[in-house]
Amino acid sequence: MAIRVRKPGLLTTVQDEGRIGDYAIGMPPSGAMDRFSYRVGNYLVGNEDGAAGLELTYFGPELEFTGDTVVALTGAVIPPKLNGEECPVWESFAVKSGDVLTFDYLRDGARSYLSVAGGIDVPEFLGSRSTYTLIGLGGFEGRAVTEGDELPVGKADGPSKAGLKLDEELVPSYGSEAEIRVIVGLASYRLTEEALEQFLSVEWTVTPDANRVGYRFRGGELSFVEREQPAGAGSDPANVVDFGYPVGSIQVPGGVEPIALLNDAVTGGGYATIGTIISPDLDRLAQTKTNDKVRFRSVSLDEALAARRERRERLGEIKASLNGDG
Amino acid sequence: MADGAGAARRDLTEPRYSYGGDEFVFVELAENMSLSVNFRAMAITNRLKEEDLSGITDICPSNASYMVRIDPDVLHPDRLIEHLKELDAEVGGIEGFELQTRVVDVPVMMEDPWTHEALMRFRDRHQDPEATDLEYSARINGYGSKDGFVDALMGSPWMVTMIGFVPGLPWCYQLVPPDEQVEVPKYVRPRTFTPKHAFGFGGGFAVVYSVEGAGGYQLYGIAAAPVLDVSQRLKDFRDSIVFPKPGDIFNYRNVGREEFDEITAKVDDGSFEYRTRPFTFEAEKSLADPHAYNREIKEVLYGDQG
Repeated sequence: MAIRVRKPGLLTTVQDEGRIGDYAIGMPPSGAMDRFSYRVGNYLVGNEDGAAGLELTYFGPELEFTGDTVVALTGAVIPPKLNGEECPVWESFAVKSGDVLTFDYLRDGARSYLSVAGGIDVPEFLGSRSTYTLIGLGGFEGRAVTEGDELPVGKADGPSKAGLKLDEELVPSYGSEAEIRVIVGLASYRLTEEALEQFLSVEWTVTPDANRVGYRFRGGELSFVEREQPAGAGSDPANVVDFGYPVGSIQVPGGVEPIALLNDAVTGGGYATIGTIISPDLDRLAQTKTNDKVRFRSVSLDEALAARRERRERLGEIKASLNGDG
Repeated sequence: MADGAGAARRDLTEPRYSYGGDEFVFVELAENMSLSVNFRAMAITNRLKEEDLSGITDICPSNASYMVRIDPDVLHPDRLIEHLKELDAEVGGIEGFELQTRVVDVPVMMEDPWTHEALMRFRDRHQDPEATDLEYSARINGYGSKDGFVDALMGSPWMVTMIGFVPGLPWCYQLVPPDEQVEVPKYVRPRTFTPKHAFGFGGGFAVVYSVEGAGGYQLYGIAAAPVLDVSQRLKDFRDSIVFPKPGDIFNYRNVGREEFDEITAKVDDGSFEYRTRPFTFEAEKSLADPHAYNREIKEVLYGDQG
């Protein structure tokens, strides 16, 4: 069976866990921006971990199913309707051949995940089905889906059940303010002490320039420590000898707009980076949208690892409880 | 000994070890670029690759630094940092550093119509809107003419010191003494368009843009052959979609329109292959007398051409 795209939505791409292990050739990981929601979606429809789904951004698509299956929507609330009737989120439900899924306006968050039993069955590229649109590789023909596409759906491995539901207490709500934890470091020595303090105390606003490549923020001006620029760096005080950028690292070109580099970002360059968002909080940042407010909080490595453990344990419990239900 | 022992010692001062969130360890060996610091980054990351430790997902050497991506549940970042400090001590200076690598002929057409069109579109973002990128760069580097500047770029080979930004893009640092290194600023504001395969320069680095896109480097010309081939159609790309490797020695060679067209025709029909020769690069030789060693390198690459 397949999913026929009747309307593409704003930006609908095939994503999975991402393309891991090719950073050294300049390949960013791509993959689901909010991996918590993406993973829970796979649990709900009974998929193996890593099955590909659709990432819906801000404004949902219109999709027709060409066979009977089970699907689930997780992440942002873009209220789904099946043949015009409201259907649940964070809960699996059955669809039949010919059914049409549409979406109302975004209510909370920014990205929603459509998981389907069997997963979206596009070919893997370097071990992943994730779409990386800049080079045009992975996903469905290396691009966001468009009207008329037929997205192949794989054969479900096991029985999929409608009505599997994430415990109400575990369903995240996003709102318009987020606290994002970062480990300060990398080339943070380039910022003055006051600038670093300011970075951590300012309420930053997400600009319209917020996508899978990166998020730009506005709200303050950060100054750099004066120095004679070292050989090879270039003349701007924000310039460094080009180096690698971790996923989630934050740079401040010109001192005005901090940019968080995300799943489809460049892997290196010549701007001073000042810290890195911890991986569990990349999920949360992915659910912020233009004009939302973000504060960055500095945490230690131990706190970061504890947060990581907590997320892994929570996902493990969710998976176990849903499997138990099935 | 223009860039010899003194520079090596300077680069040995206190690398900065830093966490890149919970999944990366970032190590800045020096704030300034030099060949010796890049050799150190390569020596350390090559050892790390050989060790094949579990919990490491990516090892990314870069110009004066390197980065390692880990699964911290398998390998604790602090344990990795401890180990990297040991490797650093083992590697020591660059004494005896050898690299099994290859020398590559990279044909480039300077002042081609495509990058010229692109750079003219963005004069308002440039330091010197009245000049071309090449004229400007020649002038601020003290060359009387752009021809002299082009001769300098094409006259000595380069080492690929980092891959990234986008897949396949090589950063190249020229194998010449520090006082001969070219240095140019990046655009005042980045362009929104750069032609695919553009040959550019920023800070102290030459690059070939692997794909069309944004960019801030000065534009001088265009490479005739790709550095990225996602379809893996060409022979040089059978093992990887990306051609350059850290440690490759690229000799950029200025070609005219006729040869450029011949090469692109071969790229189109799938018969193109880079001219490459295996080479054992000895860091000390390069630092001691770069120009003599560069002649040796070019002899290896072109010696059989008559």
